[in-house]
Amino acid sequence: MPEEASTYAGPYDLLFLALTILTVVFTFLVLGFLIFLAIRYRRGARVDRSRPISHDIRLELTWSIIPLLLGLGVFAWAAVLFPSVYRPPANAEEIFVIGKQWMWHIQHPNGIRENNELHVPTGRPFKLTMISQDVIHSFFIPAFRVKRDVIPGRYTTAWFQATKPGKYHIFCAEYCGTNHSEMTGYVYVLTPEDYQRWVENNGPSGEAPGSTAVLTMAEAGHQLYTQLACGTCHDPDALNRGPLLEGIYGTQGKLPNGQPAPVDNTYIREWLLNPSERLSQKYQQSMPSYKGQLTEFQILQLAAYIQSLRPGGAQPPPTAPSTPQRRRRGGNAAPIAAGGSQPAAAQSPQTTLTGAAGATTPAGAQATNTGNQNGSNNR
Amino acid sequence: MSAEAVHAEHGLEQHVGVQYSTIEQQNESYIVGMWTFLVTEIMFFGALFLALTIYRSLYPAEFSEAHHRLDKFLGTVNTFILLSSSFSMALAVRYAQLGQRKGLIAMLLVTVLFAAGFLGVKSIEYGTKFEHHLFPGPSFDFNYEEREKQGIAEGGMAARGEEQAAVAGPIGLETNRTTGPVLEDRKQMFFVLYFAMTGLHAIHVLIGMVVMLVIILLAAIDHPAVRDYIPIEMAGLYWHFVDIVWIFLFPLLYLIGH
Amino acid sequence: MAATTVEPGALRERRTALHENYLNVKHTVASWLLTIDHKRIAVLYLVSISFFFVIGAAAAGMVRAELTSHNGLFLTNEGYNKAFTIHGIIMVFFFLVPAIPATLGNFLIPLMIGAKDLAFPRLNLLSWYLYISGGVLALSALFLGGVDTGWTFYTPYSSIYSNTNVVIMILGIFLAGFSSIATGMNFIVTIHKMRAPGMTWFRLPLFVWAHYATSLIMILGTPVVAITLLLVVVERTLHLGIFDPALGGDPVLFQHLFWFYSHPAVYIMIVPGMGVVSEIMACFSRKRVFGYTFVAFSSIAIAVLGFFVWGHHLFVTSQSMYSSMVFSILSFLVAIPSAIKVFNWTATVYKGRIWFTAPMLYAMGFIGLFTIGGLTGLYLASLAIDVHLTDTYFVIAHFHYVMVGGQIMAYLGGVHFWWPKISGRTYPEGIAMLAAVVTFIGFNLTFFPQFVMGYQGMPRRYHIYAEEFQFYHILSTAGATVLGVGYAMPAFYLLWSLRYGKLATANPWGAVGLEWMTPSPPPTHNFEDTPTVTWEAYAYRSDVEEEAQADRESMPGLGEAVEEEAELDRREGRTPPEFGGAPAGD
Repeated sequence: MPEEASTYAGPYDLLFLALTILTVVFTFLVLGFLIFLAIRYRRGARVDRSRPISHDIRLELTWSIIPLLLGLGVFAWAAVLFPSVYRPPANAEEIFVIGKQWMWHIQHPNGIRENNELHVPTGRPFKLTMISQDVIHSFFIPAFRVKRDVIPGRYTTAWFQATKPGKYHIFCAEYCGTNHSEMTGYVYVLTPEDYQRWVENNGPSGEAPGSTAVLTMAEAGHQLYTQLACGTCHDPDALNRGPLLEGIYGTQGKLPNGQPAPVDNTYIREWLLNPSERLSQKYQQSMPSYKGQLTEFQILQLAAYIQSLRPGGAQPPPTAPSTPQRRRRGGNAAPIAAGGSQPAAAQSPQTTLTGAAGATTPAGAQATNTGNQNGSNNR
Repeated sequence: MSAEAVHAEHGLEQHVGVQYSTIEQQNESYIVGMWTFLVTEIMFFGALFLALTIYRSLYPAEFSEAHHRLDKFLGTVNTFILLSSSFSMALAVRYAQLGQRKGLIAMLLVTVLFAAGFLGVKSIEYGTKFEHHLFPGPSFDFNYEEREKQGIAEGGMAARGEEQAAVAGPIGLETNRTTGPVLEDRKQMFFVLYFAMTGLHAIHVLIGMVVMLVIILLAAIDHPAVRDYIPIEMAGLYWHFVDIVWIFLFPLLYLIGH
Repeated sequence: MAATTVEPGALRERRTALHENYLNVKHTVASWLLTIDHKRIAVLYLVSISFFFVIGAAAAGMVRAELTSHNGLFLTNEGYNKAFTIHGIIMVFFFLVPAIPATLGNFLIPLMIGAKDLAFPRLNLLSWYLYISGGVLALSALFLGGVDTGWTFYTPYSSIYSNTNVVIMILGIFLAGFSSIATGMNFIVTIHKMRAPGMTWFRLPLFVWAHYATSLIMILGTPVVAITLLLVVVERTLHLGIFDPALGGDPVLFQHLFWFYSHPAVYIMIVPGMGVVSEIMACFSRKRVFGYTFVAFSSIAIAVLGFFVWGHHLFVTSQSMYSSMVFSILSFLVAIPSAIKVFNWTATVYKGRIWFTAPMLYAMGFIGLFTIGGLTGLYLASLAIDVHLTDTYFVIAHFHYVMVGGQIMAYLGGVHFWWPKISGRTYPEGIAMLAAVVTFIGFNLTFFPQFVMGYQGMPRRYHIYAEEFQFYHILSTAGATVLGVGYAMPAFYLLWSLRYGKLATANPWGAVGLEWMTPSPPPTHNFEDTPTVTWEAYAYRSDVEEEAQADRESMPGLGEAVEEEAELDRREGRTPPEFGGAPAGD
C-alpha cells in the first residue's frame, strides 16, 4: 500500500479495501462455481442431469438486483467521498501551480517560488490553483491520493491537507509530450516548525532581499501594475477611464450579455487577455488586451495584487458559495512570516495606489517577457 | 405503391442478387441500408452541431455579433436553391419509377445545376469572407471591414500588435477608439464553426453532384444498373438529407441572433 | 436441403480431394482480391488483422522490454512515446475493433441465419479495402517517423504541439472507421432482412444478437470520432482551431467528443467476444445457454447504456461534479448486463455435459478474466477512487484484462471453434489446450502486477520511472514473454493444420446451428436452397434415441451428414458424436 500522507488518504484506502474485498469475493464466487460445475458435470461423470433448467426468472432477478444494490452502495460511498476531494475548504491557503512542458512552477503567495518542488507544513489545508502554459498536464501526488488535470486557458483546483512529514512524489499524470515521464518532482511535507524555518530562509536559494524573488505575489503584482501604467485608467484620479480596483475582488461582476460572474482569478485573467469580450459596454473598446505580453505567472501576480486592494485592510466581504475562497488578509505579509523576511519597501494597500513614482526597480525582464502564452504562436 | 408493384406496372427490369430470394427483399434491403447510412451521417454532422451549441451558449454575445457578418440574403437564396433541387430530385425519382429515361436525365441535370448554383453562391460568400479577413487564422481581423471603410491601413495581427503597443500604457488618451484593434478570439471561433460546418456540407453537396452525374451518364447509355429506380431513390434519399442539414444550418448560423 | 453433396462411395478420396468449396473454387489472385463471397472476405480480414496484430504486438514487446529498466534501455523518450502510441492505435483501430466482427462475423452471420451472403457483398469488399487503405496510411505514418500523441490524441498536444505525422495517421484511422461503419451497416440490414424462414429473432444464435448490438454501436459512434479526428486534422493543417484555448476553444471538448465514441467502442470490442463465448459454452456444455432472452437483451442494453457513460474518462478534468455523478452511476448500471451474462454462462454449465477442448478453455478463461477486468472497472467508475487511479497503471491493467484477457481469448476461442468450418481442417487439440493455458498464465503474470503498481501511483505512458516500481515492471515483462509464446503457438499449429491437419467433417463438435449443417468448408453459396428453421436455438437433446431420430427427421439432410461423418470416423477409429447428443468418448 502506498504511503498515506494526507487527510484524504485514509478514507480513500478504506473504500479501496472495500472494493477489493468485493472484487475478490465475486471473482472467487464466479470462478469457483464455474470450475466446480465444469468438473462436476464433465462428460463421463455419472451425475444427475435430469431436468436441466434453461431459464429461471427469479434467479435472473436475484443475481441482477443484488449486484445492482451492491454497486449502488459503492457508488454512493464514493460519491459522498468525492466532494471532499473536489471542493477545497473555505480556509484553504492558496498555492499557485503552473505546468509547462516539462516542469512544474510553483508560486507561494509570500513570493517563494519553487520548481518541481513543493514545501508544505502538516495540519493546514492548501488549495492549488493551477493552469498550463501549453498542453494539458495533470498534477498527481500519490501519497495524498490527489490528482487534477492542469489545462491551458483556465484555472483548475485541487486541495489537500498533509498529515505526515516526508518526501513524496509529484508526477505529471497526463501525457504531454516527449519528456512527460520526467516532469516529476517532490512534495516536502514539514512539521510546522520546520516549515517556518524554511519560509524564513525563503526557500532553497535563500535569495538576497530586494530582488523580485522575495516579493510577495501581491507586491510583484503591484510592480507590474506600475510598469504597465495600469493606473492611468484605474487609479482613483484617472477620471473614471476604468473601474476602480479597490475591493473589487470577490464582488459580483457582470458579463456583456448581462450574466453575473464573480470577480475572481478567472475573471481577472479573462479581463486582461480578452477585455473586449469580458467587459461591459462602457469600457469595452478602451482596455487593450495583454495577450502575449503577460505570462501566466504575471497574471496571477496581478490578480493577487488586485485581491489585496481592500479598503482599509478590512475583512473581505462575505462570499457567495460559487466564488473562490479568500484568504484572511490584513496586509501583504505572508500568513505566518515572522517578520523580517519582507523588504522595507513593503507598503500598506492604500499607499500603493499613488506610489507609482516610488516603485522599486523591477527586474526589467519581467513585464516585457512574452511567455509561451496560449500556444497560438507555437505551431 | 410497393416496389414490386411499381416494377410490375412499369415493366422495369430488375436484377436480383444471388443472396436475395425475392426482389422485394432486395429492394427493402437497399432502402434500409441507405437509411442506416443516413443515421451515420446524422451522427457525423451531429458532433459539429453539438460544438456549435456548446460554444454559442458559452459565448452568446460574441457569436451573435459575429453572425451578423453572414450574408442573410445569399443564405436565403441558397436555401431556395436547395429546396428546389430537392423538388427536382423527387421528380427525377418519379421519372425513374415511370421508366422515363429522358425525364430522369432532365430532372437530374436540373438538380445538378441547382447544386452547382448552390456551390457558386457559397464560393461568393467564402470569397467575401476571405477578403474581409474573416477566415480564421493569423490573418483574422474582425474589424477589418470597418477599418477599411475608415481608411485605416491594412495588416494582420502584426500591424495590430504595433497599434496595440501604442495604445497600451500611459498614453491613455488614444484608447477611446470605436474600432480598437482588439483580439476577437470568440468571434473567430464562430467563424471556425461556420467554415467547418458549411464546408463539410458543401463537400457533401459536391459528392451528391458527382453521384448524380454518374447516374446521368449511366442512364444516357442505358446501362442496366440504372434501369431500376431503386438506385435513384437511394440517391434521392441522400440528396434530401443534404438538404435537411442545410435547413438546420441556415437558421442556426445565419438567422438566430440570441 | 442437402448438407453435403459427397456420395458415400467417394469417402475414400476425401483425404486428397475435398468437395468444391469457397476456398478451392478458384485460385487466382483476382478471385480473391475481387471476391464478393463473405467467407473469402472474412479470410482476407483474418490474414490482414493477424498481420496488424503482429505489428501491434511487436510495439508492445518494445515497450515491455524497455520498461525493464527504470531509466531507459535502447529507446529515447520520443522513441518510447511513439512505441506506445503505435501499439495503442494498431491494437484498438486495426485489431480489436474489426477482429471478431470482420472475421468471424463476416464468415458466420449469413451461415447462422440461413442466408447465402450478406445483404451487400460489394460493400463488404469495399469495407476490406477501406481497412487496408487505412492500414497503409497508418503504416506510412509509422515509417515516416511515427506518431507520439498516444492513441487518444488529446488536444492541444495533438492539434498544435506534436511534431509527428499526426495527419497521416488520423487519416488512416478515419478510413478504418468507415470500414467499421460499412460492416455495421451490412450486418444490421442482413440480420433484419435476410433471416431464413422460421428463423425468428428469438431463435437466432446469441452470436448474431451480439453482432447486431455491436453494429448499432458502430454506426452511431464511429462517425462522431471520425469528425472529431478530422477536426484535429483541420486544426493542424488549416489552423482552424476548435479546441484551441487561444480562440476561447476548449481542449476538453475534444475529450468529450473522443470518448463519446471511444467508450462505446470498447463495447464494440467486447460484445462480439461475448457472443463467441455464448456459442462455445452452449456447444461444450451440450446445453442451451441459460437465460437466452436475458443474454440477448443484455447485449442491446450494453450497447444503449454504453453511450451514456463517456464522462467517466473525464472525472479529473474539472468536469462539473454533478455531471460526474451522473456518469458514475450510469457506469455502475452498465456493468449489470455484463454481470448477467457471466452468471448465465456459469449457470449453463449446471447439469450440462462438459467437454474440455481448446475453445472451452479459452471461453472459461474469458469468463474469469473478464470478471476481474469488469470488477476493476468499478473502481474506476467510483468517483473518489478514480481520482487517484486514473492515468495510472491500474487503468492499463483494467483495460488489458477486458481487452486481452477477454476479447483476445474470445477471439482465439472462436477461431479454434470454427477453424474446421473455415479451413476444412482440424487443429491438434493437445497443443491447442496447452497454448490456452500458457496464454492464461502469461496474461495474468503480465497484467496483475500492474494493478498493484497503479495503486502505488505508477503513472501511465512513462518511459523513465521511479525505481521503486521496477520490480513490478520486470514481472510484467516476464509475463509478456510467456504471453507471446502463448500467442505464437496457435499461429504455428493453425498454419500447420492447413496442410497437415486432419480433414474436418461438417460438424466435428456435434454443435447445433445452421453453420454446422454445411460442409467444412462450405460451398460458395452456403446453402443450395434456403433452409426452413423449425427448431429453437441451441436445441441440444439428451442422447435419447427417439429424440435423436426426431432431430434427424426435422433437419433434412442431417441424417446423411451424420452418416457420412460416422463412416469417416469409423475408418479413423473414432466413435462419432450424435448430433446434439453425447460427444465422442462418452
